[in-house]
Amino acid sequence: MSNSKLTRRGLIKTGAVAGAAGLALPTYLRADGHAGFLNAPAGSTVTLGFNVPQSGPYADEGADELRAYELAVEHLNGEGDGGMMNTFTSKALKGNGILGKKVEYVTGDTQTKSDAARASAKSMIEKDGAIMITGGSSSGVAVAVQALCQEAGVIFMAGLTHSNDTTGKDRRANGFRHFFNSYMSGAALAPVLANAYGTDRKAYHLTADYNWGYTTEEAVKTSTEAMGWETVNAVKTPLTQTDFSSYIAPVLQSGADTLVLNHYGGNMVNSLTNAVQFGLRDKQVNGKDFQIIVPLYSRLMAKGAGANVKGIFGSTNWHWSLQDEGSKAFVKSFGTKYGFPPSQAAHTCYVQALLYADAVERAGSFNPCAVVEALEGFEFDGMGNGKTLYRADDHQCFKDVLVVKGKENPSSEFDLLEVVEVTPVEQVTYAPDHPQFAGGSLGTCNPGA
Amino acid sequence: MDAIILQILNGLDKGSAYALIALGLTLIFGTLGVVNFAHGALFMIGAFCAVTLSRILTFSHTVIDETKKDFLGNPLKVEVPYIYDIFGQATGDVIIDWAVPISILFAIPVMVAIGFAMERGLIKHFYKRPHADQILVTFGLAIVLQEIIKYFYGANPIPTPAPAAFTGSFDFGAMLGFDPNTIIYPYWRLVYFAFAAVIIGAVFAFLQFTTFGMVVRAGMADRETVGLLGINIDKRFTIMFGIAAAVAGLAGVMYTPINSPNYHMGMDFLVLSFVVVVVGGMGSLSGAVLAGFLLGVLESFASMAVVLETLPGINQIIIYLVAIIILLTRPRGLMGRKGVMED
Repeated sequence: MSNSKLTRRGLIKTGAVAGAAGLALPTYLRADGHAGFLNAPAGSTVTLGFNVPQSGPYADEGADELRAYELAVEHLNGEGDGGMMNTFTSKALKGNGILGKKVEYVTGDTQTKSDAARASAKSMIEKDGAIMITGGSSSGVAVAVQALCQEAGVIFMAGLTHSNDTTGKDRRANGFRHFFNSYMSGAALAPVLANAYGTDRKAYHLTADYNWGYTTEEAVKTSTEAMGWETVNAVKTPLTQTDFSSYIAPVLQSGADTLVLNHYGGNMVNSLTNAVQFGLRDKQVNGKDFQIIVPLYSRLMAKGAGANVKGIFGSTNWHWSLQDEGSKAFVKSFGTKYGFPPSQAAHTCYVQALLYADAVERAGSFNPCAVVEALEGFEFDGMGNGKTLYRADDHQCFKDVLVVKGKENPSSEFDLLEVVEVTPVEQVTYAPDHPQFAGGSLGTCNPGA
Repeated sequence: MDAIILQILNGLDKGSAYALIALGLTLIFGTLGVVNFAHGALFMIGAFCAVTLSRILTFSHTVIDETKKDFLGNPLKVEVPYIYDIFGQATGDVIIDWAVPISILFAIPVMVAIGFAMERGLIKHFYKRPHADQILVTFGLAIVLQEIIKYFYGANPIPTPAPAAFTGSFDFGAMLGFDPNTIIYPYWRLVYFAFAAVIIGAVFAFLQFTTFGMVVRAGMADRETVGLLGINIDKRFTIMFGIAAAVAGLAGVMYTPINSPNYHMGMDFLVLSFVVVVVGGMGSLSGAVLAGFLLGVLESFASMAVVLETLPGINQIIIYLVAIIILLTRPRGLMGRKGVMED
């Protein structure tokens, strides 16, 4: 796909020769700044790799991510109305591609399987000459692809990944996450829950039996227990489970009055539907109305659960109904192009693409190490989440978190969630070595050549 | 005690689905000798019959409401189902509400037709081929059907609720003298269990008490002799394939309110249904039903928190573990007959 006249091997050789010449400056400050790293764009175009689930259970989410990337590419190349480029506080992007090179892209199918995602990312890096990989809708995939990009020497801009580990124990110097994480969900939700349901609650957790489930359970448990809640039980459910009745039926017997569903995607749709079927929400336990909580909401997924989401609290990274200028601009250009509002997955992917392009412009180079430097500690606004910091210590974005609730009277099929609170960033910020994130190290950036 | 009763109840509806799918599988295997890996896909297509019918019932034209705005600030386009225009809003709402049960009528002809098309169009060419070929071709067919459904309906689950009259759950605990709320069971799952019982009963009665059924049973026992008597057994077996497809499809239709259907729901049931067939005994209809309920109940027990604490992960392997034990002690399965798949 790359239009470069040089081959990748040729470039690597050039880089190796230059390196052998013993230049004192870091490679990315040398000469034109366009050589000495993997897949340096040589022609008039630059190729980005969009690695999203195009098949498998998250295909609809992947399709929305791809729409967002296509929109971002349009805006970067100066087509369309520019979207968030008009509201983004950094003004480095000029609508003439990235560093004057027209943006082209290739896509890969992660299938939401770590090995397939690595294979498609590898192919885009090696065959298509992608300078940056972005996308994905699962933490397992994000962690796997991030490690691959680190080894290969390209930048990874994570898509939808919510596990603490992506910027915790599995963080990498070449990887960046704009999406929020389990800890932030817990920290944002707990006070709202205490406010709505009181501080004397007995919670029963059902947790998807994989990485993301564990970190979410831990985060919600820790923050709700700090508010005075008691955790009665936490049961792991297989990721492949479709009927949760045998896990939900014993909840009432346990004496719990709150059910926390640490489930995402199809798991969430099914477990929530089952819980509502069992009539849990009509019950009274310990003299209180029984409540259900879904820590991570996705509007696309909430749609699958239909009316069952009404009144249920959760958190989300972004929602199209936000009224800041950035969100309005993005919803307008996405909605005009596709006819429906974007999902949170689309939002985070669009923003990541713009943030990467902006970092390259500010660095004046596509060299991954220059991009890392430009993104670390970068503060910006106008991208829909208020003031945001890309923290240098772990490459995690820190911004306000939305606590949402299933809407009682939706006005359309997109109008499923209402924002009940915007939790300020201070309340969800943690130390880089917080126990839930401990054990990881960024290492050093890898330019690949 | 209450926990045990609860898990038995839980196992019943899961067991109902396993039993219905396994019954169809056994019917096809017993009559045509084909191991049909596309049977899960038939279950899934049944579920999408319900989705399709609810879509047909809510098929709408747009009316522009100037007083309201959509997300881009343009006048809101309100969708008005045609059914409102025909029957009025009140009756229209009732019909839409009852879409899932109404789908039964819609699904039967559709599923029988799909069954005929599958058998005549593809599977009949594989009767003389080894079982491995049959498995490969039907498995391939399952993937094709799955992708077709995904193409038209997307990958996300589609909510297909039960009629409002069946929402909520029944308190068995209060009835049996336990504390209220300890044994609750959703109404729709009770309906599902009763429905499965009726279907299973009907299939058995059909095979037992009709001339057609008698011929089919004779054909299952000795195909050649029945053929020599001048009976076109192939035609009857094709009809049985259609019936088996309809049974799987109906299991799917009624399952939609339990879990929102998606394109891969068939695969989720397929593997387990095969284990059910093998445990029950290849070719044994009553074995398939018995094993379906047995494994459904066992799976429920294995997901109890108390059990999981002592044996973590047992919920994921229990069915296979039991299958191994049964096959080691009774190699033909619970009710298997001699000579089936042993040549």
